[in-house]
This record gives sequence, C-alpha cells and structure tokens, in this order.
Amino acid sequence: MKENKRKNDKLISVGLVILFCIIALLALFPVISLVVASFSPAADLMRFGLTAELFLTGWNVDNFFALFSGEGGAYWQWYINSLIISGVLIVLSLFFSSMVGYALALYDFKGKRFFFVLVLIILMVPFEILMLPLYTMMTSLGLVDSYFAVMLPLIVAPIAVFFFRQYCLGLPKELMESGRVDGCTEYGIFIRIMAPLMLPSFAAMAILQGLTSWNNFLWPLLVLRSNDMFTLPVGLATLLTPYGNNYQILFSGSVMAIIPIIILFLFFQRFFIAGLTSGGVKG
Amino acid sequence: MEKTLEASAPKKKRTKFLYSKTLAPYIFISPFILSFLLLSVYPFISAINMSFQRVLPGQVEYIGTHNYSRVFNPTFYTAVQNTTVFVIFTVLILTLIPMALAIFLNHRLMKFTNFFRASIFIPALTSVIVAGTIFRMIFGDSDSAFANQVLQFVGLDPIEWRYGAASAMFLMVSLAAWRWMGVNVLYYLAALQNVSKDLYEAADIDGANAWQKFRNVTFPAIKPIFIFLSTITTINGFRMFEESFVFFETSSPGNIGLTVVGYIYQEGIQRNDMGFGAAIGIVLLGIILVVSLIQLYATGAFKKDDE
Repeated sequence: MKENKRKNDKLISVGLVILFCIIALLALFPVISLVVASFSPAADLMRFGLTAELFLTGWNVDNFFALFSGEGGAYWQWYINSLIISGVLIVLSLFFSSMVGYALALYDFKGKRFFFVLVLIILMVPFEILMLPLYTMMTSLGLVDSYFAVMLPLIVAPIAVFFFRQYCLGLPKELMESGRVDGCTEYGIFIRIMAPLMLPSFAAMAILQGLTSWNNFLWPLLVLRSNDMFTLPVGLATLLTPYGNNYQILFSGSVMAIIPIIILFLFFQRFFIAGLTSGGVKG
Repeated sequence: MEKTLEASAPKKKRTKFLYSKTLAPYIFISPFILSFLLLSVYPFISAINMSFQRVLPGQVEYIGTHNYSRVFNPTFYTAVQNTTVFVIFTVLILTLIPMALAIFLNHRLMKFTNFFRASIFIPALTSVIVAGTIFRMIFGDSDSAFANQVLQFVGLDPIEWRYGAASAMFLMVSLAAWRWMGVNVLYYLAALQNVSKDLYEAADIDGANAWQKFRNVTFPAIKPIFIFLSTITTINGFRMFEESFVFFETSSPGNIGLTVVGYIYQEGIQRNDMGFGAAIGIVLLGIILVVSLIQLYATGAFKKDDE
C-alpha cells in the first residue's frame, strides 16, 4: 500500500516536471529564437522568416559586427536615449511617488481617503484616452521631441503610489514619533528614518518603472519626431517596415535591448517579481 | 537651520508652519495633486471638449455631436469587434491557465519550482516590439518559416499568418499571452502561499476529492486575484495597440488588426482629426467603464471588497 503510494507520487512528480519543461520551452523559445536570429543572415530572415535550418547552420556575427562597427545608424543614440529617460525617470518617480504613498499611509489628514480613491481611479482610467489632449499640450508647450515629454506621464505613477502606500502601511508609526521627540522635522523623518526602511519597495518600483519606461512604446511614438531622439522600441519599430534596409541592426539590436534586462533579472529576481506583481498588494 | 529659526520671529512662525505635522502630508502629496490636475483632470476635460470640436491647425470650431455620430461607422465596429475578441481570449487564457500552472507549481510533489518560475517570467521582460519582431519571424508567411514547418510536419497546410482574420487574432493573442503568462502565475502563487496546509489535511480526512478541494479550499483563497486579474486583463485588452502595431504597423488587410486605440491613433494622429479621435476615446472609456462594472458586479467584488 505504502509502496504503491510512493510509486504514485513519483509518477505525479515526473509528470509535473515534464509538463513544465514543455511550458518553460514555450516561454523561452522566442527568446532563444531571437538570439539565433541575431546570428543569422538578416536578409534571409526577412524573406523566409525564421526557419528550422537557421538553428543549425549559417551562424555568423555579421549582425553584431554591423551594430558595433558604426553601421547601426542611430541605434546607439536610441540606446542612450532609453538609458537616460529610464534612469532619470526612475529617480524622479521613486522620489515623488514614494512621498505620496508614504503620506497616504502614515499620516492622518483631511481628504486622505479622497486622495487615495483618486489614485485608484487614475489607476483604472486608460492613458490612451488622455493621450490626444496630452499630445496637444506637449505641442503647445513646445515639448514635443524632448526627453521630458516622454517622462512626464510616468513621473507620479499611480501604480507606484499605490505600492508605496501598501508597503508603508506595514512600517512602525512609533519610529516617526520618536523622530519627532529627537527633534527631526517631518521631512527629516521621511528621508532619514522612514525612507531607509522602504528600500525593498524602492528596489521593486525602480524595476517596475525602469522596465515600463524601457519598453514604453505608444507615448514615445507620439511625442518623439526625430530619429535621433527615438527610444529603443520606437527606433527598432522603424526598422520593421518592409522597405527597411537595416535588418541586421533589427535583430542584433533587439538582442542588445533585452539581454541586459534578463541579466539584471537573474541577479535581482526577487525585486523584479515584487515590482511586476505590484498591482496585487493587499489593501 | 537652527540659527535662521532664531533670527527672525515672523520667519520662524512661517517655517514652523511649513514644518508642522498638519501641513507636511499635504506637501508630501503635492506632486500627486499637481500631476492629477495637470495630467489627468485637464486632459480629461480637454478630451471631452475636443470631442465636440473640429480641431484644425490654428482654428477650432464647435460642431456639436457631429464627431460622435461619425464614430459609429463600420470601421469603428470592426475595431470594437477585434478588440472585444482579443479581450475575451486574453481574459480566458490569462486567468485560467496561470491558475492551473500556479496550482501545479505549488504542488507538494513539484520539483525545480524556482527554475520554472523564472523561465516563465522572462517573457515579461521583453518589449512588445522586440517580442513581436521575433514572433513575426517564427510565424513568417513563407512555407519555410518555423511555424509553417511545424504545421507541414503534422500534415497541415502552411498559413499566411498576417493575412487571415483568425490567424492575425491568433498572433496578437499569443503574443500577449506569452508576455503576461508568467506574471499572472506569480500573482496566483503569491495568493496560494496563504492557503493553510491544515485545510487540505482536513479536507483529506473528510475524504474530499481533488475537485472538491479546489472548489472549497483553493479557489476561495485565490478568488480575489482571479477577479483582479480578469479586471486588469480586460482593461489592458481594451487598451491594446502595440500587439497590433508590431504585426501590422498602422494598416492591416481588411482591418483585421485594427483595435480601438489603433483607430484613435489613425484618426487623431495620422489624419490629424483630433476631435474625432477624442470622441472615439470617450466612447472607449464608456465601454471600459460599463464592462468593468458588469464584471465586478458579476464576480461579486462589490460585496466585500470595500477598501
């Protein structure tokens, strides 16, 4: 009887592992394919798509050579743009969003509930509905084609505010009181005492905001006009047209756009997971 | 700092107020208030206003509800239909399959959980553009592209993926499903951590079968996440643009890839008809609002999910 059960357990275990091997393969196959594609002749890829033969034959580094030898057009400029925009955005949005979330969690003030409900409402209203007026606003302010225009809608991200608020609810309020007794100002308490306790939430939100900005597409597509100002996704999308002549960059450039993120993920898995699943924090 | 406080009495009073416990929270939330007014309220009012206008460069003219009466045209219906089909498929796929996967991953006999969890999460790190590029290569139109080779291997005819309505939808849905599957699995996994093992043991003692255990122990624990994910996936589905853009840019044969947001982009940006674009946006907001309310009502989220 016991022997039977153990046999059964083993069978279930093996079955589950096999099932998940298939699922993991499905999940990773496109990423692997992208790497294969980046080492394959780009013109063939655009003509025939990714063929099974390409996995085995024709590997060469031409695409990467083109990318690194200055044939990349504005590619590295796009890379720099994406780095700057994401970097600055992480700093700004972490600072502002954490302040708001902190206050919404740990202070009692008039209108607190009202403001929190506002955060939730904005969380639900699709950005796409506001994008035309925002675009007109950017045009009339002369901000079109600037880094600032790309960052602006993400600076006080409701999702980050929400996450920081939920995180701060778990912080000990007494520390604020003892800070006051020690003569700290309210702002000093935030910066010197409470913010250091919020470090894990900062890490999670840095990743969420960084990734959102790194992969952001529709808004940058609207407000960026010149090739030199494009971010990576907008720039890479311009290479996708059937009339393109720079397909080599498309594949090697795509790999260069996601590999750094995957490497970061392998090191900071916990924060990536916390960041990307931040919408579900219990209230 | 201390010195300036002592320096002048009126200044001291002002500084004291600025540093007071009453004002501080408002200072803290001021970035939100500012961004709310500037980036939400103003554009929202402006969108409503614009939807009643014909916006031409340097000249704006009120045209009543003309834009709205134009919205309900065959192209718009195509866009709504495509978007709705996309929403239905993504909601079904991205709520039910991750639930099953999370339950399996959480199974006591599962091995290498961390490795599998990480592997299925990796697609979430890619941008739609990069992911879509490689999807286009795998699902290339030629007979020798990978997906078509697989079809031929199992004895089916190759497909010109980007030229048929059903296969185009398949491409867009699979791209979205591929990218979000892992994230949703993690949501469920987090919820499953809260189910106490005792409950399962109790169920075992009572002789419950697997389905009864799922219905009475597992599902109640993950129901909030199920509601959350179906709401979020619905809203994100109605906002869909990039999954279509990466396969079809801004025009697809017979509009098989046209979405509502794509239509806003076409009319508002490409044809520069901002008023019309804004009107489509307001109608979209109405659709999302109604659907979300029905959904929340149907799932009973209003009953206990207050705060």
